[in-house]
Amino acid sequence: MNSPIRRISAGCLLLCVALLINATYVQAFWADDLNARSENRRVLLDEYSRERGPILLADDTPIAQSTPVDDEYQFLRQYPEGPIYAPLTGYYSYNYGRTALERAQNDILSGDDDRLFVRRLIDLVTGEEPRGGAVRLTIDPAAQQAAWEGLTEEGFKGAVVAIDVETGGILAMVSTPSYDPNPMASHSIEEQTATREALLADEDEPDLNRAIAQRLPPGSVFKLVTAAAALESGDFDPDTEVPGPAEYDLPLTNTNLPNQSGDACMDGTPTLTEALRISCNTAFAYLGNELGDDALREQAERFGFDTQPLTNDDMNAATSVFPADPDEPQTALSAIGQFDVQATPLQMAMVSAAIANDGVLMEPYLVREVSGPDLVSPIERTEPEERTRAVSPETAEELTQMMVDVVENGTGQNAQIEGIQVAGKTGTAQSSAERPPYAWFTSFAPADEPSVAVAVVIEEAPDTARDDIGGGRLAAPIARAVMEAVLGS
Amino acid sequence: MSLDRARARTEPPAPEAVAPRRGRGTELVLLIFAIGIATFAYVSVDLGALGRVPPNAMAYLGGLSAATAVAHIVIRIRAPYADPVILPIVVTLCGLGLAMIHRLDIADGTTRASTQLTWMAVGVTLFVCVLLFVRDHRVLSRLPYLAGLAGLLLLVLPLLPIIGHSIRGARIWINVGPMTFQPGEAAKIILIIAFAAYLVQTRDALALAGRRFLGVDLPRARDLGPILLVWLGALGILVVQNDLGPSVLLFGIFVLMIYVATERISWIILGLLLILAGGFAANAVVSHVAERIDFWMDPFIDPQGQVAQSLYGLAYGGLLGTGLGQGRPDLTPIAESDFIGSALGEELGLTGLIAIILLYALLASRGLRAGLLLRDPFGKLLAAGLAAGFFLQVFIVLGGVTRLIPLTGLTTPFLSLGGSSLVMNWVLVALLIRLSDAARRPAPPSSSSSLTDTAVTQVVRIR
Repeated sequence: MNSPIRRISAGCLLLCVALLINATYVQAFWADDLNARSENRRVLLDEYSRERGPILLADDTPIAQSTPVDDEYQFLRQYPEGPIYAPLTGYYSYNYGRTALERAQNDILSGDDDRLFVRRLIDLVTGEEPRGGAVRLTIDPAAQQAAWEGLTEEGFKGAVVAIDVETGGILAMVSTPSYDPNPMASHSIEEQTATREALLADEDEPDLNRAIAQRLPPGSVFKLVTAAAALESGDFDPDTEVPGPAEYDLPLTNTNLPNQSGDACMDGTPTLTEALRISCNTAFAYLGNELGDDALREQAERFGFDTQPLTNDDMNAATSVFPADPDEPQTALSAIGQFDVQATPLQMAMVSAAIANDGVLMEPYLVREVSGPDLVSPIERTEPEERTRAVSPETAEELTQMMVDVVENGTGQNAQIEGIQVAGKTGTAQSSAERPPYAWFTSFAPADEPSVAVAVVIEEAPDTARDDIGGGRLAAPIARAVMEAVLGS
Repeated sequence: MSLDRARARTEPPAPEAVAPRRGRGTELVLLIFAIGIATFAYVSVDLGALGRVPPNAMAYLGGLSAATAVAHIVIRIRAPYADPVILPIVVTLCGLGLAMIHRLDIADGTTRASTQLTWMAVGVTLFVCVLLFVRDHRVLSRLPYLAGLAGLLLLVLPLLPIIGHSIRGARIWINVGPMTFQPGEAAKIILIIAFAAYLVQTRDALALAGRRFLGVDLPRARDLGPILLVWLGALGILVVQNDLGPSVLLFGIFVLMIYVATERISWIILGLLLILAGGFAANAVVSHVAERIDFWMDPFIDPQGQVAQSLYGLAYGGLLGTGLGQGRPDLTPIAESDFIGSALGEELGLTGLIAIILLYALLASRGLRAGLLLRDPFGKLLAAGLAAGFFLQVFIVLGGVTRLIPLTGLTTPFLSLGGSSLVMNWVLVALLIRLSDAARRPAPPSSSSSLTDTAVTQVVRIR
């Protein structure tokens, strides 16, 4: 009976080896993969039990921080400013993961970033609980507050972006309606679920960051790009007269493009400056066809169209687009920011910022620096970076003067600031007959030595009659308030 | 085979020149190590989870030492030649199991560890009883049919109306006063004894008589009949009770033992074919089984389910583990029972899990070794059945929780929470100790026995 017992022993050995190999495979080779899976609650719990680093504004006000609590998660993530900064912070939810900066800067905030390696090593040796690093933003609380108040006072649905023209640092990023991220970070799963379901059910999409993630037809604010292309072509200067009849006969079609007012612009042949001042549709449609879609697209791309912005901060920003292959009537419509031209508020702020910065477009960014858990020692600081030369310094100067004319004598008079010259452009974009137009405004100030550029879009204004919706009336005052807040501080 | 036996019968055992090593000193040293590991694990659970030394650490050490000391002393008296490695392995495994149950107690706010410690005391008591009352393992072979019947009866008990009791869909429990007991655990051991006893009587017929069919030697129906009846009955009852693990285990043990008895590899092939066929049939018919197989193919269809959580736990532990008390084994459903292996893998890491697997393998190898050394066929069969069955159980449950094979519900011997399993495994170990004692005991000098047998007058000592 000994030989079968020996064979059975060998069989047991085989089973034993199989168990050992399999355990080694799971725990040594498959482990990284398993730990990276998003539904792995162990990894999340581990993260939760560590003190996550704060997200700070330019003046060190925390907009996201972890406070110790007495439950199994040990730390509660809190957003002291709530909805104002929700599009920036996003939320940090046990059940639903992370969004916005909580996601993009997770490695730093959780302390897993390689740049914090030495720090972790010290913590390991000294027995300190490891903590996450801090993320400091370029956001100016005064500008953010002004934009928030401007949009929420009358219950507008819209967004505001303000940019420091010399660096590209984003000074304000507001999107309304917003939501309170605190319940999403609650330690009660039921509260998280209820909040999440309410967010998903809300038709206004409060968790959509309209400032960077939603593209809309820019309408007349896009005329800045068309004007820039015209000036850059060398065939036009601010005083060149262009035809501006009451209706522009769209080539190849039977339809005509009318002016908003129904009348001819000025005497029918406005100068470029006059055309911009009164936002003359027919003149710019004409310019569009004169320049051609390639020239328009090239100019738009030099302002940042067709390239995703904010990739350095990994914020999932939408890419603004200029149509790829429009025919002649479509080109004419594109030149006045209609047809398939789509832009985010961030993109339109970049257009103004580039004009303000002598024609140089700076790479926009949100994170000024990241530092270790002590908040003092910066690990990395974002250096301002030139992206493209959008227009020549001369063109920039001419465009500035034209935009000043818009604010002083034209459609943008609501943006005037006493004692400071403001340059701006209004826009009122049609999307469809069913819904009210989008009110746009983009501007920068002071015109002689610009420091801040702003873009405002109002998607819906509940208490305003359809005919009263216009960039100059609704959006310009908000832009003014934001510029004042930046310049005053 | 028959040659083997013939040799055993005719050859006089070589006289021992030196006094044989009993190994009791070695056992004592190893036991001190085992108790040390167990106590250290228990204390480090509290240190890891709560940051303090448990207040009852000394009492725990005392209790564990007392139980172990009793077992050790009884071995010294009743089985002095027993394998010295077996008991220390069992104590180490029990200690690790207790530490992990205590760890899960802390997480869940329960006090199951003390219950488990009580059951361990019961287990040691039964261990002692077996060693005291079963002086020679051959007495167990006397009543194969009665043993088979008793085993079946135990399996049927949970299906009876009043005492039967169902937990987590498996009707395998009976109520004994205020407690519940799984008679299946006892039935397993009794059925192994019955198989061994029966096969010893019939193995020649099983191996030699019969027809050859498709290259496989089929035994005669009347030789195979009774045992096939027992086996089918056992499987049938287990399927009715909706408990897959023990069915597979019992079938596996049956096939292994019949192979050892007949030395015909065809039995193994037949067994594997039957398992595959049964598996396919069950997959198609029993939803419970199909579900298990789905979870095996893709554990993440339910990310918070048992297998997925078990894998996450193992991955979270990695090579060195989180440290006792510092992982989250409580996230794995029923971590204290079927999934205690993955809980230990999480907190002790791959290193700890490998150590545990090797302890099991060592224990099984000691049992198989006793089987090789034993001189009587019943002892050989019993030792091989107990040891290989034990390791098969370990493989089925640990392979299940580490996703090597589909999951079937079985307890992890000595580690899992549960009185019946713990107590009956102590009985199993008592039998292995008894068998290894018999295997290693030097044969009595043949000359003296032949002298007394042939002497004309026998000296009878009175008083």
